[in-house]
Amino acid sequence: MLVAPEEIKNVILDILSDIAPDEDLTDLKDEINFRDQLELDSMDFLDIVMELRKRYSVNVPEEDYPQLASMESTVSYLTPKMVDCVAS
Amino acid sequence: MSEMYDTIIIGAGMSGLAAGIRLAHYDQRVCILERHYTIGGLNSFYRMNGRNYDVGLHAVTNFTEKGTKKGPLARILRQLRFKWEDFALAPQKGSRIAFPDRELRFSNDLDLLRSEVKKAFPNQVDQFEALVAKISDYDELDQAAFALSGRKILEETISEPLLIEMILCPLMWYGNASEHDMGWGQFCIMFRSIFLEGFARPYKGVRLILKHLVKRFRGLGGELKLRSGVQTIHAEDGKAVCVELDSGEQLHAKRVLSSAGRLETMRMCSDTSELDPRIAGQLTFIESISVLDREPSAIGNDDTIVFYNDSEKFHWEKPSEGLCDTRTGVICSPNNYAYGDDEGQLSDGVVRITTIADYDRWNGLSEEEYQREKLRWYDRSIAASVKFTPDFRPYVIDTDLFTPTTINRFTWHDNGAVYGSPDKVLDGTTHLDNLFLCGTDQGFVGIIGAMMSGISMANMHCLRA
Repeated sequence: MLVAPEEIKNVILDILSDIAPDEDLTDLKDEINFRDQLELDSMDFLDIVMELRKRYSVNVPEEDYPQLASMESTVSYLTPKMVDCVAS
Repeated sequence: MSEMYDTIIIGAGMSGLAAGIRLAHYDQRVCILERHYTIGGLNSFYRMNGRNYDVGLHAVTNFTEKGTKKGPLARILRQLRFKWEDFALAPQKGSRIAFPDRELRFSNDLDLLRSEVKKAFPNQVDQFEALVAKISDYDELDQAAFALSGRKILEETISEPLLIEMILCPLMWYGNASEHDMGWGQFCIMFRSIFLEGFARPYKGVRLILKHLVKRFRGLGGELKLRSGVQTIHAEDGKAVCVELDSGEQLHAKRVLSSAGRLETMRMCSDTSELDPRIAGQLTFIESISVLDREPSAIGNDDTIVFYNDSEKFHWEKPSEGLCDTRTGVICSPNNYAYGDDEGQLSDGVVRITTIADYDRWNGLSEEEYQREKLRWYDRSIAASVKFTPDFRPYVIDTDLFTPTTINRFTWHDNGAVYGSPDKVLDGTTHLDNLFLCGTDQGFVGIIGAMMSGISMANMHCLRA
C-alpha cells in the first residue's frame, strides 16, 4: 500500500498541530518555509523528526533535517520513505 | 542483571521531571530516582497546622501572556505538550527595588521601569536604553560572551553606580550563583526573564505545576521512585554502567541524567577520587513565612516582590560573620498577584522574607541552638525588612522558617547553595560518555529555566542518540 502525498501532508499537519497548538495552520503555504510562517525553533524541528519516528517508525538522519524546511519539500522527501508505512 | 532503562534521571525536581516527560513521550523506559520523600527539590511544598506552604517559588519568572509564541515559557509548553492554561499563571501586581533613598518600581511592562529610571536617574535614560539594546542583542549560544563580567559591561554602559547596583540586586537575588559579580550571559538571561518578560504565580502555588508534571510523566509510563537516593554511579571504561541506591539495589541504564549538581554528581561516581570543593556554590538563604490575620494590602502592602538593600552598595556575598547578613533581602507577598475572578484571594495573608545566610555556621549548631537561632534570626530578618515594607509584625498568627540546612536536605546541594555552583556546565557533559548534567549546575535557574534545562539536555544527549 502506497501512502499518498496528501496523506503525508495530513500527517505533518497533525504533528504540527500537536507541537504548536497555538498556531493557525489553515493558511499554511506548501512552498514557503515553515520557519517563515510559523514560530518554530530548532527544538520544534527535532520534534517533527521524533514524532515521525514515534508514530510511523520513519527515521530522518540529522543531515537530512534541511529537507523538512517546507511542506512541499517534506512531502517529497517523505514520500519514498513512507511507502508501506502503517501508523504505530 | 536487572532490567535495563533507556535513561535514569537523578532528582525529581523541575528539571528531572521535565526531562522525564520528554523521554517518556518518545517511548523511552525512564526512571526518576529521588532521595527525598517528596518531589520538587528546591521548589517544594508542605502542609503544617492545616495550612499550605510553598518552598522556593516566589514567582515564576519568564511570564508571557497567552498566545505569545516566543520565549522560554512558550517553548517549554510546546515541548512538554501543555496548554498555557495548565499552569494557571496569574501576573504580578507590581514590584520594587528599594534602596535607602531611591526606589524603582517595575511590572511585567518594561515601560514602567523605563519611566521609573527617568524619574530617579534623569541623566541615565539613554544609557538605560543602550543597556536594553545590548541585552536584546545578546546571543544565548555565544559561549565566550557568557562568562564576561556583567559588572564590567554595566560600568561601560551606565555611568551612575547606584543604578548599576539597583539593577543587579533583583537579578542576582533570583539567579546568581557567584559572589560579587555576575556573568554577562546569566545577567542577560535574568534581565530578560524579570524585566522583559515578568513575574507570575499559580493561585495554587508551585504544587500545581509539580502535580501536572508528575501526572504527565506517570501517564506516559515513566517510573518515579521516592526515598531512592543514589549512593554510587558505577563507572567502567569511561562509561556509567549502573547506579547503586542507598538500599544497595542496582539499576542499569543506557545513560544517566543527573540534576544532583556538578560536584554532587561527581562525588557519586566510583572513578573520581579528588574533587575540588571550591567549585561548590556559597550562596544560601534563610526564608521566613509569616501568616497574617489579614491580607497584606489591608496594611498598605501592595507589592508582589520587594528587593531591598540598606546602603548604596549591594553586597552579594556569603556573610563574613554571624549566621545571616540582613543588609539585603527579598519580601514576597503571594497575595499580591492578579488572580482570576473565579479564584478569588488566597485563604491567608502571607509575607515571606528571604535573606543571605552561612551554611557552615547553621550546620554547626546543636539542635537546641538551632531552634533558638531560628527564632532569633526570624526576628532580626523581619526587623530589617520592615524598613522597606509596612510593618506586618502585629498581625502575624503563624510562622515557619527554613535555613541552609533545610535547603541542603531538600536539594542535596553542597552548602545548601540555592543556585548551585558558580561554574556552570552549559553543554551538560561529564567525564563519562553517558552521564550528563541538567538543572541548576547546567546553567538555567528558576522554575521555567529548570524545566528548560531538563528539556534541552534530554533533547541533546538522550533523544538524538
